[in-house]
Amino acid sequence: MLSIKNLSAEIDGKKILDGLELEIKAGEVHAIMGPNGAGKSTLSAVLAGRPEYVVTGGTVTYMGKNLLDMSPEDRACEGVFLAFQYPVEIPGVSTTNFLKTAVNQKRLYNGLEPMEATDFLKMMRQKMELVEMDKSLTGRSLNEGFSGGEKKRNEVFQMAMLEPNLAILDETDSGLDIDALRLVSNGVNKMRNTERSFVVITHYQRLLDYIIPDFVHVLYKGKIVKSGDKELAKELEVKGYDWIKNELEAAV
Amino acid sequence: MPEPESDIIDQVVSQDYKYGFSTNIEMEMASIGLSEETVRYISKKKNEPDWMLEWRLKAYKHWLKLDEPKWQNFEYPKINYQEIYFYAAPKEKIKLDSLDQVDPELLKTFEKLGISLLEQKRLTGVAVDAVFDSVSIATTFKDQLREKGVIFCSISEALKEHPELVKKYIGSVVPQTDNYFAALNSAVFSDGSFVYIPKGVRCPMELSTYFRINAEKTGQFERTLIIADEGSYVSYLEGCTAPMRDENQLHAAVVELVAHEKAEIKYSTVQNWYPGDKEGKGGIFNFVTKRGLCEGAFAKISWTQVETGSAITWKYPSCILKGDHSVGEFFSVAVTNNCQVADTGTKMIHLGKNTKSRIVSKGISAGKSHNTYRGLVKVNKKAIGARNHTQCDSMLIGDRSGAHTFPYIEIGNKSAQVEHEASTSKIGEDQIFYCNQRGIGTEAAIGLIVNGFCREVLNQLPMEFAVEAQKLLAVSLEGSVG
Ligand SMILES: Nc1ncnc2c1ncn2[C@@H]1O[C@H](COP(=O)(O)OP(=O)(O)O)[C@@H](O)[C@H]1O
Ligand SMILES: [Mg+2]
Repeated sequence: MLSIKNLSAEIDGKKILDGLELEIKAGEVHAIMGPNGAGKSTLSAVLAGRPEYVVTGGTVTYMGKNLLDMSPEDRACEGVFLAFQYPVEIPGVSTTNFLKTAVNQKRLYNGLEPMEATDFLKMMRQKMELVEMDKSLTGRSLNEGFSGGEKKRNEVFQMAMLEPNLAILDETDSGLDIDALRLVSNGVNKMRNTERSFVVITHYQRLLDYIIPDFVHVLYKGKIVKSGDKELAKELEVKGYDWIKNELEAAV
Repeated sequence: MPEPESDIIDQVVSQDYKYGFSTNIEMEMASIGLSEETVRYISKKKNEPDWMLEWRLKAYKHWLKLDEPKWQNFEYPKINYQEIYFYAAPKEKIKLDSLDQVDPELLKTFEKLGISLLEQKRLTGVAVDAVFDSVSIATTFKDQLREKGVIFCSISEALKEHPELVKKYIGSVVPQTDNYFAALNSAVFSDGSFVYIPKGVRCPMELSTYFRINAEKTGQFERTLIIADEGSYVSYLEGCTAPMRDENQLHAAVVELVAHEKAEIKYSTVQNWYPGDKEGKGGIFNFVTKRGLCEGAFAKISWTQVETGSAITWKYPSCILKGDHSVGEFFSVAVTNNCQVADTGTKMIHLGKNTKSRIVSKGISAGKSHNTYRGLVKVNKKAIGARNHTQCDSMLIGDRSGAHTFPYIEIGNKSAQVEHEASTSKIGEDQIFYCNQRGIGTEAAIGLIVNGFCREVLNQLPMEFAVEAQKLLAVSLEGSVG
């Protein structure tokens, strides 16, 4: 599904990713952990095609295609979804209207007719149930005045609506209380299947009690420095990131 | 790799103007230039009564004494009034009552504009008056309106059929001597729409006028007069387009509204005159005087405008709140792109007690354009309990455009409550990227964000026009980011 080789990227001339390697197969859930500033959001931004980030080396192959050659909107239409760490507010545009545009743009890209209004609303209802999202949110301006938790749930709701092949969740757990965390995780778990892959970026092990990953990677200074299964996350929780830092320094 | 966003923003402002065709039709024109003779010619062509001619001549003589105003926030090339045709009409005699007798070329033109009069007549509940260059071509739905006692016709026809009404009201809100362009209009106006809603009548349908400048070197000087008698209601919409021409063409209209006690007039404009090309060549100078008088108590006048066209838009639809408890509203979206200029806003003049006004202005500037809000809220010393709320938001696209705000407030008594809120935002690259990430391309994203920004104003428009306006906003900004 996704193959990242020797990826380096910078922003404003500052090198952030430095030879990152990652292989993800269809249906797998990969957790990426790491201290603040490690480059986790940078990785998600580069995969989504955020223009401020400049790729200086390496390749990213997504479903057999060169991902880095595609515009951000084409990547989205090809099934790459990013749940933002900081979702953006768009005043005056309702979530419903926003998603109608997004769903239909994706359909257009795939040579399909726009969705009938009634079918669209039906789909909205189904997916809202999936993340137990309050109906009143969809009529309000996108993310405007939403609480932190509402914004994150809205991201997962959008993910459900757009049915991606590869979903990248950037700290979707941060700022959530335990109930919201459970709802969001349930939503993600219900979407897991053999076709769909997830990259779950998180700072804390807590989320991984709910979304059980197949692999856990530690990202530090722009590289994957350690990989393992879900036990690695538990170990990190106990020993802290300093453990990794010290281990790396000792190796030098 | 996709291009960096800054380049992208440089690119997104340029779709070709799709109404830029001209119609080949034989025209009857006044000789070029402006003189007393021109004024007499126009009046004679229209078989006007003597008082009307005198009224025009008074305006003309006053105009000669005036200088073009200089206080605006832009410059424009000097207009040579001797190089403009002040009257142009399709040569064929037009019978106003029957669409069948209208030149098919003309009907085709209106069809291209998406306002097939025949279709309108059959399918929609909107009565249309179409003004082509200087004269009114057809008014649909006349019969249904007549049943209710509503008069909706061209102003020329009103002068023949209802001279007493025209005489009573014309110039009562915008006098001939009001300002340079109003005086010019008063001297040479050739047509426009006239509406009278009798006491207690709720006009059964939206009334609409479509203005089209076609002939070269021609100015358009229409005059619209709407009277809502006691307790009546009317919603009126004007739309306009023009062919693409290298020269600048002048549009100097006057609109007067009178709302009597408990009457309400909702006046909506979707302005899409040719804006000129990307380098700023050509385009319409849209210098318009629009004013409404809330004559009686509890009267209400509401202006809604979506301004996307014209090289220069220079207008301030205003309300004189004379009746106690009367209400004035102004909802505006002004979009400027490339080299366009807009200097627009409103005046709310509070004269009566407990009068209320509300101003919502949304300015969007892209390309190298400049967008100015200029508004006056004036509370007279007798206007006890007057209230105003002004909200003035600007949005910039790219970094070469400008937004300016000039709110003037004059308060004559202490009981007045006047509030002003203003904001300026740049269309966020993070907003665009967020949309991109959901599969929405940059142009569609800008359309979406801009429409969201204007939501409050667009919501004021009648349904079918709101849809049109939304599309127009997106189209006007196409090419403003890549
Ligand atoms: N515009 C920028 N210019 C320079 N450095 C930046 C910029 N944006 C982010 N960074 C830096 O990049 C590093 C990685 O950030 P980020 O990917 O957000 O980390 P994480 O998500 O792992 O906390 C941080 O040190 C951050 O300060
Ligand atoms: Mg981060």
